Amino acid sequence: MPAKRITVIVNGEPHAASVEPRLTLVDFLRDVLDLTGTHVGCEHGVCGACSVLFDDLPIRSCLMFAVQADGHRVSTVEGLTEPGGGLSLIQDCFWETHSLQCGYCTPGMLIAAHALLRRNPDPSRQEIRKAISGNLCRCTGYGQIVEAIELAADRLNQRTPSPERDGHDR
Amino acid sequence: MKAAAFDYVRPATLREACGYLADGDGEARIIAGGQSLVPLMAMRLVRPRLLVDINDVAELTGIARDGSEVVVGAATRQADAGRSGIVVDDVPLLALALPFVGHDQTRNRGTVGGSLAHADPSAEIGLVAAALGATMTASDGETDRRIDAADFFQAPMTTTLEPGECLTAVRFPVWPGAGRVGAGFQEVSARDSDFAIVAAAAQLALDRDGVCRRAAVAVANAAPTPVRLLRIEEALIGQRPDNENIERLLPLMDEAIEPSTDLHAGADARRHMARSLTLRAILQAAANAAREP
Amino acid sequence: MTDKYRFLGRPRRTKEDRRFIAGSGRYVADIRLPGMAHIALVASPHASARIVSIDTGAALAVDGVRAVLTGAELQQATASMQHGVHLPEILWYPLAAGVVRYAGEWVAAVVADDRYIAEDAAELVAVAYEPLPAVVDPEEAFASTGRLVHPKHGSNVLFHRNFIWGPVEADFAAAAHSLDFRARWGRSSTVPIETFGAVACWDSGDDILDVWASVQMPKYADQIADALRLQGNQVRVHFDVDVGGSYGVKRGLKHAILVGYLARKLGRPVRLIEDRLENMSGGDAHGPDRIFDVSVAFDADGTVRSMKMRALDDCGAYPGRAPLQLGKPVGSIVGPYRIGSVAYEAISVCTNKTAQVAVRGFGQAPTTFAIETAIDRVAGYLGLDRVEVRRRNFIRADQFPYTIPSGTEYDSGDYHAVMRKLTDLANYPALLERRDQIRKAGKLAGVGIAAAMEPGGGNAAFEPLFNPRNDTTLWPESCTVKVDRQGAITALIVTSSAGQGHQTLAATVIGETLGFDPVGIRVIHSDSLSSLPGNSPVASRMAIMLGGAAQKAAEIIRDRAIRIAAHNLGRDPSGVIYADGAVAVTDDPSKRLSWEQIVRICHRQYHLMPPGMEPGLQASYTLQVPKGGAMPGEDGRVQMYPCFSFEAHMALVEIDPGTGKVEIPEYYVAHDCGTVINPLIVRGMMLGGIAHGIGAALYEKFEYDETGQHLSGTFMDYLLPSSLEIPMVKIAEHCTPSPLTSHGQKGAGESGYPGSPAAVASAVNDALAPIGRRVDALPIRLGYLAGMLRTASGAAP
Repeated sequence: MPAKRITVIVNGEPHAASVEPRLTLVDFLRDVLDLTGTHVGCEHGVCGACSVLFDDLPIRSCLMFAVQADGHRVSTVEGLTEPGGGLSLIQDCFWETHSLQCGYCTPGMLIAAHALLRRNPDPSRQEIRKAISGNLCRCTGYGQIVEAIELAADRLNQRTPSPERDGHDR
Repeated sequence: MKAAAFDYVRPATLREACGYLADGDGEARIIAGGQSLVPLMAMRLVRPRLLVDINDVAELTGIARDGSEVVVGAATRQADAGRSGIVVDDVPLLALALPFVGHDQTRNRGTVGGSLAHADPSAEIGLVAAALGATMTASDGETDRRIDAADFFQAPMTTTLEPGECLTAVRFPVWPGAGRVGAGFQEVSARDSDFAIVAAAAQLALDRDGVCRRAAVAVANAAPTPVRLLRIEEALIGQRPDNENIERLLPLMDEAIEPSTDLHAGADARRHMARSLTLRAILQAAANAAREP
Repeated sequence: MTDKYRFLGRPRRTKEDRRFIAGSGRYVADIRLPGMAHIALVASPHASARIVSIDTGAALAVDGVRAVLTGAELQQATASMQHGVHLPEILWYPLAAGVVRYAGEWVAAVVADDRYIAEDAAELVAVAYEPLPAVVDPEEAFASTGRLVHPKHGSNVLFHRNFIWGPVEADFAAAAHSLDFRARWGRSSTVPIETFGAVACWDSGDDILDVWASVQMPKYADQIADALRLQGNQVRVHFDVDVGGSYGVKRGLKHAILVGYLARKLGRPVRLIEDRLENMSGGDAHGPDRIFDVSVAFDADGTVRSMKMRALDDCGAYPGRAPLQLGKPVGSIVGPYRIGSVAYEAISVCTNKTAQVAVRGFGQAPTTFAIETAIDRVAGYLGLDRVEVRRRNFIRADQFPYTIPSGTEYDSGDYHAVMRKLTDLANYPALLERRDQIRKAGKLAGVGIAAAMEPGGGNAAFEPLFNPRNDTTLWPESCTVKVDRQGAITALIVTSSAGQGHQTLAATVIGETLGFDPVGIRVIHSDSLSSLPGNSPVASRMAIMLGGAAQKAAEIIRDRAIRIAAHNLGRDPSGVIYADGAVAVTDDPSKRLSWEQIVRICHRQYHLMPPGMEPGLQASYTLQVPKGGAMPGEDGRVQMYPCFSFEAHMALVEIDPGTGKVEIPEYYVAHDCGTVINPLIVRGMMLGGIAHGIGAALYEKFEYDETGQHLSGTFMDYLLPSSLEIPMVKIAEHCTPSPLTSHGQKGAGESGYPGSPAAVASAVNDALAPIGRRVDALPIRLGYLAGMLRTASGAAP
């Protein structure tokens, strides 16, 4: 099939490329742009590892073709990091609470958390669990991920984290 | 899991899109949100030669009140529909159902029309359309046609849309002057946000005395297509929809449904769920109606 | 505990996490080599069939296709993969030839310039099959009266042994009561979000095969070399690849043989990254699939005297290490209880299903489920409280070290204290009251309890126990610590990590020993040629084994610093004291050598070194497993694993009587894994293990139909729990140090998973008790419960 010429704004930078129509957006990000932070888990839209922001909203990049992103904006986990490599608030909270083990689902999870906090800077625990329910994690059992997002919300709202959230009921 | 090769166009008008479909000789497929289509393509269970992307067709997007109907453009995102004040006010049943459709990430991309055209028997939007007796509008680029929900869903993954036709909108009836209107939507799935194992939808209009004057009740995934439970609807009229009254009516659904068995639940389990969820949906609708001024 | 240590035991940020949250982890799918070709696989659609013919012509004609490899060629060119038990007639290759033995078995590999083209061509490989009847039911397989999966083996039975430890029949005769039941553990697994992948590159200049893979096994290089008939040092596996989850399953030998063979044959790098369909049906995917028949003999007070357990495990088409998963539970066959005698019949059979691989706990969670079901049933039979029955049977704290009937000595523990912490944490009486309130509101509700062992350390004595030809008694782990000319510390560890935090572990232990902040200590993963002996991060062993090896290596560094300083300060080594790198004279602290001075001596000032000392400042240590090293006795008594962590779980569940949906509003666990090195990591392991166990209890199963078709090949059918299915778990920690390890630590890598399936099943059954129903088959799915509730009396719709 004839290749299509596309331009996609990825993490703020325009990227022009010639792509086969069937190339998925996630394969475009990983294989053409070498942005390997976005991961492939199932390629059928269930696991959420490939989550990215598309025109500022979280979507699954295995369920889109790169041609469909022509003229649109995409942000990946690499785009969450501040210029110079500094971690964003949500990233830092993931580190502080050890919200990850193998790290494979983490970029997608961060995208979901980032999108949630932008839409709702002070989510309830149930809203957090709902917002990340489209992202499967096999390592953590989700507990420390929920704690990280709660910690980030506390910091966004300049609250002292409640002791319950330390999670150390000893 | 890579799709078979295809060509791709992104027309700006419906007429153009339908032209591509007509030229596609049955091998062209519309892609809107792609949330159901792309997995099928990745598994090569569906292999169109031409993908016609309707995301730039402005006339297919939007939500508006039109007389006694709310018109939702086929390419309207599920997330946008869920946030629409018009939907919340005038099609409360749809507003209740949309949070059950997939996840944030899929609703941001998936469309109302895409779900209807895909015709998965477990789909929530199709259930709402069936329950309310919505009307689909379709176009082949030249002529428009209206299809009642009851005629639209033929079988699992099968609608009466003709090859070359594009679903353009769905028109949900609003119940003006019917009294106090309330909706109820209940679903059970293996995991939250999974496909419904069974779902039930109800919308009731109650008079000042709490007596039911109009009812719409349907279940999904209890039959090859969403099923409107007409005998229960009729029997509800003139009744106070309380637990006892509704339970008495539930056996009326038995002949209307024909649940199947799959990995997640057997037919008997689905019958049990269908009764429970229908009861709850009607009670929820009645409670919501009673809250109306 | 925390006062004793500066870094150890504190919730410090891990060393690994930063690269993952920045998106800069380096997984196998991120490895890019020039000219790399991509594999797609052709898989069998039949559970059992003869391959009549394979026509690769159309596939080879596709532009961009480099090769199509079939089993006939590969089987000629490679040696069979090995099994954990002695089965010389069961040959096992990455690609089938002649016959296929499960739906999803790989039949051909297509190599192309990219994965899209490879998939296009894979569709065009024309395989003609003659379908044959499949062996699907494990009991029928055991009878071996019908078809045989491997006719040359002569039977479908892979392993069968009766163990009798103690006077079982006498104990049954003497007991006041006995009961028996069947319990079923469904075919589930760990299912990491990253599939398996391998990349290989043959360097003809150096005559070496380089391999990158999402693997964690140090033996991988040897196994690849054996299969490809290469010398061991002709294979170099790079362990600096981040592994996207494993929990046991990431073995990937057939993948590496495929890419290794093709890379050499084609003279270009080749990669195979499984897609999810290849992974779920044809990869190293499935876990234990067991039928337990259990009898227990007990007295009127609930004291369990004896147990008979028959475990029949369905290994699928190729055994691999699967039969050994019946062997690991031998080392804790009585759980935490003083059961005096045990009869254990272990049976492993093959069927026409996807092969079983190692899963978190290596058979522990299914066995615990069976034991805990027995304890619950005893309590139910006698009308006693389930916590109380457990308390009455627990090994007492004053009885450690305690030898169980199968010969293993438990190192330490205080099960009563842990159970007390659990009932306090959960407020057990109030929890029962909440359950009763929910019941009054018309729902089904239950409280579940389970107590579970987590053996750690991994002297895998089931290898010689189950295979008399295997006389392995060494399962080592190693660590090298080196100090560079600037005084910075770098440690080398043997193998890769899949999220267990080995870099943090090694850095914490070394930092604690040498008095340096672990933040500044770099820990790198070796490759298979540069590494020292190791036996991989399995069996909850790395805190014990890598922690121990790192401690020993760091102590050697510290001792050398002391000797160098003492030599230069004119004192005996016993007259100086080491602190944070510097060494001072004990009775005159003004006389001291700084770390910088000591490092300078080691690297530059040979004239200041004690005579005969090795230059530089580095040390390696290879540690044998504590209490490892003995062969099993003839009666099957064996020391299996050295350290025994313990956990007690309590869960509240609600079951919607109208839908069968199970919710877990509350979940508590009390846990003792000895000294904790990093509480954030231990907490994560526990929470993740519980979540995995909830999946096994309620959601996850690889389902087959009666013809052997696999029905759960996608994430739409195999249901991993999401954040909405997993409760926010409350944890209480307890510490009974192990006397056998460097800091008193035990294992934690498999924690949560041994006990949570049993706890959830216990809760569901408590919920069903008022309607007189019970279910002892996992997973307990809502569809099953809804069908049960439809027919059960007394349940409102």
